[in-house]
Amino acid sequence: MPETTAPRDAAPSGTVPAPARATTTVQGAVPAIEFQGVVKRFGDNTVLDGLDFSVAKGDRVTLIGPSGSGKTTILRLLMTLEEADGGIILVDGDPYTHEIRGGKRVEVPEKRRRAVRRRVGMVFQQFNLFPNMSVLENIIEAPMHVLGLTRAQATVRAEELLDQVGLADKRDARCTQLSGGQQQRVAIARALAMDPEILLLDEVTSALDPEIVADVLGVLREVAETTDITMLIVTHEMQFARDVSNRVLMFDHGRIVEEADPETMFTSPTHERTQEFLRAVLGD
Amino acid sequence: MSDNLSTLRDALPRLGEGVVVTLQLTLGGAALALVLALLLGLGSRAGSLWVRGPSRFVVEFFRGTSLVVQLFWLFYVLPVFGFRMESLACGILALGLNYGAYGAEVVRGSINAVPQGQWEAATALDLGPVHRLRRVILPQAWALMIPMLTNLLIQLLKGSALATYILLHDVNYFIEQLRRSTQDTFFSYTVGLLVYFALAYVLTLGMNALEVRAKNRLGSGPSLREVLRVAPVPATTRGGAA
Amino acid sequence: MNDVWSWQRAAEALPPILEGFRITLLATVVGTAIAAVLGLLVALVRRSRSRWVTAPVGLAVEFVRSTPLLVQLVFVYLMLPSVPALVVGCVVLGVHYATYMSEVYRAGIDAVPRGQWEAAKALDLPRTRVWRAVVLPQAIRKTLPGLGNYAISMFKETPYLFAISVVEMFTAAQQFGGRTFVYTEALTMVGLLFLLASYPTSLLVRRLENRLA
Repeated sequence: MPETTAPRDAAPSGTVPAPARATTTVQGAVPAIEFQGVVKRFGDNTVLDGLDFSVAKGDRVTLIGPSGSGKTTILRLLMTLEEADGGIILVDGDPYTHEIRGGKRVEVPEKRRRAVRRRVGMVFQQFNLFPNMSVLENIIEAPMHVLGLTRAQATVRAEELLDQVGLADKRDARCTQLSGGQQQRVAIARALAMDPEILLLDEVTSALDPEIVADVLGVLREVAETTDITMLIVTHEMQFARDVSNRVLMFDHGRIVEEADPETMFTSPTHERTQEFLRAVLGD
Repeated sequence: MSDNLSTLRDALPRLGEGVVVTLQLTLGGAALALVLALLLGLGSRAGSLWVRGPSRFVVEFFRGTSLVVQLFWLFYVLPVFGFRMESLACGILALGLNYGAYGAEVVRGSINAVPQGQWEAATALDLGPVHRLRRVILPQAWALMIPMLTNLLIQLLKGSALATYILLHDVNYFIEQLRRSTQDTFFSYTVGLLVYFALAYVLTLGMNALEVRAKNRLGSGPSLREVLRVAPVPATTRGGAA
Repeated sequence: MNDVWSWQRAAEALPPILEGFRITLLATVVGTAIAAVLGLLVALVRRSRSRWVTAPVGLAVEFVRSTPLLVQLVFVYLMLPSVPALVVGCVVLGVHYATYMSEVYRAGIDAVPRGQWEAAKALDLPRTRVWRAVVLPQAIRKTLPGLGNYAISMFKETPYLFAISVVEMFTAAQQFGGRTFVYTEALTMVGLLFLLASYPTSLLVRRLENRLA
């Protein structure tokens, strides 16, 4: 079984006495994501304090918990939008932003970071489509310039994806002409165009009108069914979490307080904090 | 008055020449200023102090020393060091350096004003820093910059009037010529000021058109044709249900 | 090195330059004072409801703002030969910069929250009191950094006064150069003096801006 949070180490942050290579799960496969003793501070506020956890390939993990508990921080660390103050993050066994060399925690050079970052994709709460490009151009930009596809190849893939998310007719539209739900679907297509191994979904329906949420979730359900992309999801949509994920992690103050499969988590949570939280969110 | 007007009419070719010189100074200086503004503005944001330091120094240096001093320094002092420059080049260089430095602050501020989410989306797609700047950030910063750059452009136009004193026959020079032929200070200077006003107005219109186009490219405004109502608004891809 | 730069010449140029610096400062202070007061008047006048008032004033402001200060200076100087050049200089600087300041005041006044106006109305305060005691004090706080920055700009534009024979710092250097046929030391020192005076001041204004924000 994947590990849960270990009790807080006495070691100061910045040095990790733990092994420098990835641990393996029971199946013997290298985990898709592994956090080892990750520390993240914002000013005086320590959001993550020596967090350990791992995600296997193909896992669909939902992170739940109150705001400020660290769930979004984990996603942002995985996308290198933030940098950890301590500890190591491994993707497919490769160190991401920092590694241990000669017993010391050092930064990984940008070139190697990019190679790892390429395997990770993210969909944002605020969509963040590029307004100066059309829908199609948004989707082909990175495949062309980062993956080196020709315009023709990238366009074919983009059109496939647009079809999949149901927006084939909007290919030449300006992004600002689309509704929120349409923009988010384009954002999903844009992330998928990079063929990521890991997809991070950061409250992707929180900024949408309730009627629109179902469309976007439908697209994500299809992605979950038709691919084996590892997904890390932060969401308030509990039904969606139940449908799509195989693991749910409850976070509080930067630690995993409970972990289970969705059925168990939502129907019979054991930890007090989880019960409190679910009661508040689901109005049990 | 009719005497003045007929003298003016006869002098129109020379006014035309003066306008050409003023425009050469203004547009040449503006082009140089834009290039410098981009270089220095981007340099001021660089991670490495080796780039950031000199950029900020150059910006503060040319902002802090007066345009008049810069122009006359280039005209009188540079030859001493062995560089002979003709007046027009002097003028364009001084205007470009001075207003390029002011422009650098505008560029820097506009780039910082592009929403954080855009930077993050570019990172998520693993776009390299140069690519991100070129394809995502600058196109959006450009629309934000234009109003402030327009202000600087008009100031540049006003600064070009100094060129008379380095022996260029611009609009300002024409005013003196007109004054000598009509012996009417009020008339000549009013005409001259009106010419500058007209030039400022036309330049502002041009920049406004650029702004409309830039905003249109971002999908946040009507196209230039729609604004001018020259072409009918086509019934196309406007909005749509989820 | 000695035919390109002479420390002796530099030392000789310094006294007239410093003399001129006093005039530079005087022109800046007086000009800024005029601009500050006139700018406020213009901003208040432009709030009038009557088009007969706002249109001509607006046009005049645009006209003065968009045309060269240099040409305006020479124009007024030639038209009023009996007025001392320094007076002409200060007044034209003041009027020219009043057009910039009126925009700064307008923005400052607009930035006073609506609630302030409404509260004053609820208390039935007379118009003049509303302006004097409630609106202007708040508006002017916001305009101080703008005023500071324009004062610094004006300081750097005082050299335009050379065209109307006011011997401020730059003209002093120019005259020295004209006498000795070498401009290098004089002009370089004037440039550096402008930088030394304006850069720290601009930092202070920026600090003021942050403090007031």
